[in-house]
Amino acid sequence: MVNVKIKKSSFWIGLCCCIWMATGQTHASDASNAEFAQFSAQGAGNFSAAQGKTNWNTVVVSKEGEKRACVTCHGTDPKKSGQHATTQKTIEPMASSVNPERFTDVKKMEKWFKRNCEWRWFRECTAQEKGDILKYLMNANQETK
Amino acid sequence: MKLQKWVLPALMAVATSTFSAQVLASDTLLEWLISFNHVDGVRPVENKVYRTECASCHLAYQPGLLPAKSWEKLLTPAGLHNHFGEVADLDPETLQEILVYATKNSADNSWYKRSRSITASAKGSETAIRITDVPYIKRKHHEIPNIMIKDNKQVLSLSRCDACHTKAEQGDYDADTVRIPNYPNY
Repeated sequence: MVNVKIKKSSFWIGLCCCIWMATGQTHASDASNAEFAQFSAQGAGNFSAAQGKTNWNTVVVSKEGEKRACVTCHGTDPKKSGQHATTQKTIEPMASSVNPERFTDVKKMEKWFKRNCEWRWFRECTAQEKGDILKYLMNANQETK
Repeated sequence: MKLQKWVLPALMAVATSTFSAQVLASDTLLEWLISFNHVDGVRPVENKVYRTECASCHLAYQPGLLPAKSWEKLLTPAGLHNHFGEVADLDPETLQEILVYATKNSADNSWYKRSRSITASAKGSETAIRITDVPYIKRKHHEIPNIMIKDNKQVLSLSRCDACHTKAEQGDYDADTVRIPNYPNY
């Protein structure tokens, strides 16, 4: 009887874990798919990881002569953590293989695209630019492997 | 019997000096009496939204480090759009929640010891939006040489409380918990 009970409970625990993992994973791609769909609806398309990488590394010089790029804070390797240019706070890696929290929340993605594009490019990014960057960061999991 | 002659005045002197120092930190004797059960430090951050949003870029500075007036000046759409040179836009609902939490727990609405000192020192001076511009904070740090803060590669700025205050996250800014990187014996 005891044995049966344990088996039953472990079965349910196992099932719950499976559901949790499955929903977690679909959630991640759901969010990025929703983002891509939104960018496409705004007229963008053919998202390119190569162009995204260029965007990610492009340095823009501010009026005060300050050099700014995505990599200033995030670092050149999306799998490694970065550091905030002013506060020195550690920024968790962008690659979802290292940091599964990435690209799971559309609202959060839009918030940071808006903030960081304005900081870096002094304007909001276009849907195409954002789509390319997202493609690059999502591909970063496979890159250099 | 002989001992008592000097013990009593000595005790009284010690008591008077410590009490008067505490009374001075409060505005009135009544306030001091009420705050007799004051707590050291500042109240730790308890609001999850506040912590998440603020701490994504820097230490989630406790609301008790600035008076309500300062938070009201800082936490506006325009204020956050240029947040000390950074773009820190928030959606209206989130901003509202953070503003309400910050003002409700601001230095002038807190009984925590350091918050009371901050409030007392900020009275009559300009509304600071930088914690490092609060007279009390300035006074507490003015003797520390630049080489230990600005020119210290592991600190860089007075605004990075947690670089030296090892328990800043918990609202504990006691001198005993300070450890200046590269200057262990200071």
